[in-house]
Amino acid sequence: MRETVIQVKNLVKSFGDLDVLKGVDLDLYRGENLVVLGKSGSGKSVLIKIMVGLLTQDEGSVMVLGKEVKNLRQKELNELRLKIGFSFQASALYDSMTVRENLEFPLVRNVKNLNKADKDKLVEEVLDSVGLLATINQMPSELSGGQRKRIGIARTLILKPEIMLYDEPTAGLDPITCMDINNLINQVNEKYQTTSIIITHDLTCAKVTGDRMAVLLDGVFGAKGKFEEVFEQAQDGRVKSFYDYNFIKQ
Amino acid sequence: MAGDPNNKDKVIGKRIDKFFIGLESAYKFVKRFFQEVWFPPYEFKEVIRQCYQIGWNSLPLISLTGFIVGVVFTNQSRPSLAEFGATSWLPALISIAVVRAMGPLVTALIAAGKVGSSIGAEIGSMKVTEQIDAMEVSATNPFKFLVVSRVLASTFMIPILVLYTDFVALLGAFVNVHFNEMVSLSTFFVQVFDAISFLDVSSSMVKSLFFGFTIGIVGCYKGYNSTKGTEGVGKAANSAVVMAMFLIFIEELLSLQVTNFFRQL
Repeated sequence: MRETVIQVKNLVKSFGDLDVLKGVDLDLYRGENLVVLGKSGSGKSVLIKIMVGLLTQDEGSVMVLGKEVKNLRQKELNELRLKIGFSFQASALYDSMTVRENLEFPLVRNVKNLNKADKDKLVEEVLDSVGLLATINQMPSELSGGQRKRIGIARTLILKPEIMLYDEPTAGLDPITCMDINNLINQVNEKYQTTSIIITHDLTCAKVTGDRMAVLLDGVFGAKGKFEEVFEQAQDGRVKSFYDYNFIKQ
Repeated sequence: MAGDPNNKDKVIGKRIDKFFIGLESAYKFVKRFFQEVWFPPYEFKEVIRQCYQIGWNSLPLISLTGFIVGVVFTNQSRPSLAEFGATSWLPALISIAVVRAMGPLVTALIAAGKVGSSIGAEIGSMKVTEQIDAMEVSATNPFKFLVVSRVLASTFMIPILVLYTDFVALLGAFVNVHFNEMVSLSTFFVQVFDAISFLDVSSSMVKSLFFGFTIGIVGCYKGYNSTKGTEGVGKAANSAVVMAMFLIFIEELLSLQVTNFFRQL
């Protein structure tokens, strides 16, 4: 039987009068790449932010690696967070630090007894794995959008997470850079043996990176399954239109 | 409907609610600072970096302002003293004014503008670009790294800057007195040190600590709670300055009462 890494049950979250998630259920199995699709504002990012404890649900349960996130104390939550890599939509690189310092930041605070040589080796290794070793001494403001995304991913990889959460990894990028990022996500999964949730509204990204799709519609998952099952044989008009708008039919 | 008294009551009610909610949130923020400042991990490197940013980078502005304050205050005081033939009291008068009030106040107001706004804008922009969330998900306490380090740095650096401003303002005063009354440097400073007491210096340092703390905590609070994208960052920086200046004047008033109480003992 496949091991469940993340289990979400009847998740409800509102912001004031706005009900964003209205009873979401989800199982993520070890080693798979799950793509969560949905329109802007449909609550995709809210879902993964609840998984790392950045937001708290109103109702329901979120179990990550067997632990109920909302019941964890700060120390336990931090221990759990070390096993989860979170790649932010806008990269969230620290503006006042160089690429090296950005990568060292989580490392020096979470790994004890690390000497300079080990630190340098780890930083160079992850930078090399995203193909940006040459940018090591640059500031984030000197990097392109695609490079920032890659460095953001590298920063999460430095702690060797078991789970990767990607929030809109291809948003705001040109199609070629999007494909580079999609390939990088696949390479990361292969090299670091991660389990991933990829939040996107880009169907190309979904098709290239995902083993399984889940479409968030009106606060619940309207469709789940393989890409072909969800989109190419879609019965629901909302899912169908999502597909039609993303791909220009040949 | 416009002008409806019920509507007006609702608006006033909402404003009162907002005020008290803001007060509670500020109280919790300050409380969190005092809870976190004592316990490891200590971000020494960041505190030193912030001390450099706040202290060293403020020196040119503080030097210029302090010197001008010294020159102008001496010049403006001279006619009043001259009426009584008491211009020889200028060094004493100026030293008391500078050490007791003008040095700390001028330094704090300039730092509120320069340091407070920069802290508010920096933390505000980190908040809206999810950098603070990124720290949190990498199991780092962003409050400790960003807030505690900045508040400590400004609390330590403002008193040092105040001492420096006092010195530069007195130097400005000396230049003015020297060219008008032909007083030597040693005579000037002997009169200065005769006029000021230990209580003057210590009360000035204590209130400077409070000014520094206020500038740091207000800047951090406004930045940490900024919302609504870049517009929110601008508002955070602006309100950090306004709020810090307002609180500095209130603290100045309170410190005057406390110091006068000790003076009368």
